[in-house]
Amino acid sequence: MNTPSNTVPEAPINSPAITPAALPATRLFYWSLRRELWEYRSIYVAPLAGAGVVMLAFGFVLAALPHTMRKLSSLDPAQQHKALAHPYDIAAALIMGAAFIVSLFYSLDALYGERRDRSILFWKSLPVSDLTTVLAKATVPLVVLPLLSFAIAFVIESLMILLSSLVLLAGGLSVATLWTQVQLYPTLLGLLYHLVTVHMLWYAPLYAWLLLVSAWSRRAPFLWAVLPPLAVGFFEKIAFHSSHFADLLLYRVGGGSDDMQGNFDMHPGMHGGLGSFLSSPGLWFGLIAAAIFLAAAARLRRYREPI
Amino acid sequence: MTVIEARGLRKAFGTTIALDGVNLRVDEGRILGLVGPNGAGKSTALNAILGLTQYQGELRVLGRDPWAERDQLMRDVCFIADVAVLPRWMKVWQALDYLAGVHPRFDRAKAEGFLAKTDIKRKSKVRELSKGMVTQLHLALVMAIDARLLVLDEPTLGLDILYRKQFYDSLLNDYFDRSRTIVVTTHQVEDVQNVLTDLMFINHGRIVLNCSMEEFETRYLEVSVKPEQVAAARALRPMHERQVLGRSIFLFDDGAQRTNNQKIGRQQLVALGEVRTPSIADLFVAVLGDKPGGTASQAQGVAQ
Repeated sequence: MNTPSNTVPEAPINSPAITPAALPATRLFYWSLRRELWEYRSIYVAPLAGAGVVMLAFGFVLAALPHTMRKLSSLDPAQQHKALAHPYDIAAALIMGAAFIVSLFYSLDALYGERRDRSILFWKSLPVSDLTTVLAKATVPLVVLPLLSFAIAFVIESLMILLSSLVLLAGGLSVATLWTQVQLYPTLLGLLYHLVTVHMLWYAPLYAWLLLVSAWSRRAPFLWAVLPPLAVGFFEKIAFHSSHFADLLLYRVGGGSDDMQGNFDMHPGMHGGLGSFLSSPGLWFGLIAAAIFLAAAARLRRYREPI
Repeated sequence: MTVIEARGLRKAFGTTIALDGVNLRVDEGRILGLVGPNGAGKSTALNAILGLTQYQGELRVLGRDPWAERDQLMRDVCFIADVAVLPRWMKVWQALDYLAGVHPRFDRAKAEGFLAKTDIKRKSKVRELSKGMVTQLHLALVMAIDARLLVLDEPTLGLDILYRKQFYDSLLNDYFDRSRTIVVTTHQVEDVQNVLTDLMFINHGRIVLNCSMEEFETRYLEVSVKPEQVAAARALRPMHERQVLGRSIFLFDDGAQRTNNQKIGRQQLVALGEVRTPSIADLFVAVLGDKPGGTASQAQGVAQ
């Protein structure tokens, strides 16, 4: 990776009193993010492992591909599409799912692990503010993992369709049906859209909540993240016979606003479109909640000691 | 130039008082040893100085309020808090890269130079290094930072005597100069007796002794008194008396604070027996009392 220069400008020998200017905030942020990637190697290992599984399984698809193509003409178009495009959909889902699970576990550990292993004392001995640290940690699930899973899916699926085409050409078959049925790049664009709208924006308060719990809890952050929301939901159910809070949570976890019905389908045309997504209040309330959670996590880190 | 200035520094954990109105002033170019029983408030004082804990009272470190400005302060302050706070997953080269990335005063070449004198490999992870090597690594990182104040909280805890000696030797030879200031807490006081320029005893959150080492050497005298002279020695009002192998060891405070303002004088003591400078440990016992742990018992439970 191309890194900012490490050299600190040498002060003239006879003027040791010169105070070096503070480093730019972007550089502190960059190195804070770097260290997250060093510490949590699962950030890239897990999606790559998912890609590895996809490629292994795809070997079987490739072996049977000429046979699949030959009997394809007897199927109706919907089944044709299913037979050819299915592996690509599963590949994207697997890589994205692996990255999502890593996001959840990462967020829960990010501000808890450094207190448990006492390394927070080392991090705090350096001129990096708590806010910079928390923002760098939040960047991992909010930006790094969605973009990384897209990049991996892009490479893997391009490789898949390339290999398929080679196999077909070698067998003297046409690749036209494959390309029209798979629609690789429009589908990948849909995946990117889904990652940005759902994984980055819609889920932002979930990651921020997990980071807040990880900054706060002294033990068992997973229980603290999950049980109190459940308790509030059950309390409301018993006390008031209503389920507003539970609905709110399901609405958040289960994929968004009414406008975003079917949003787990990756085609952008399948739901209300970007306009209605951006104008849904749920999105903006979620982002405000995320900002509050992150600010609280940064504030908490200041008070936190090793556990 | 004053590096640390505290006035009426207080900190309580629930009902336990960790710092009880501490006044403290450390000037540039000093090496201050902060000595006290467990739970006396040493670590709390250091944490307040480093901006790791809130406090009441007035505290300025290099002219800054540590709690409000920790990240800016850390450009000029380094600390080694305890042993083993370096992240265990980190590789040596990552530590060098990271420090070069975030610290404006880190001199990477210098750190590599210190590391070259050790057996630490660039590709090793911290978890693969021995405790002594982790401390060497941390010290190499910290000494390569051109900081004005270095805070060491039990930096040599759990290390064998060779590593401990090496630690203080390199600190004095390769790091310390009159423009830097070091504050160190340790229980291994014998290691630092010849390192310190100033000594401070702290107990129950209060400073009970504060003197420079020059003062320490002229003011406190230990006399191994012959049995027939014991009565004469007691008449001079020693601050402490103990028996070692059948001889009585008396410790005298020959400072100006003696009630009659009359110095005893070394001459008079030489007549009683062999006179020497006491160890910090012996003075500590004399000042804080003999009961092992007894003085600290009330303060137990105070956070580190």
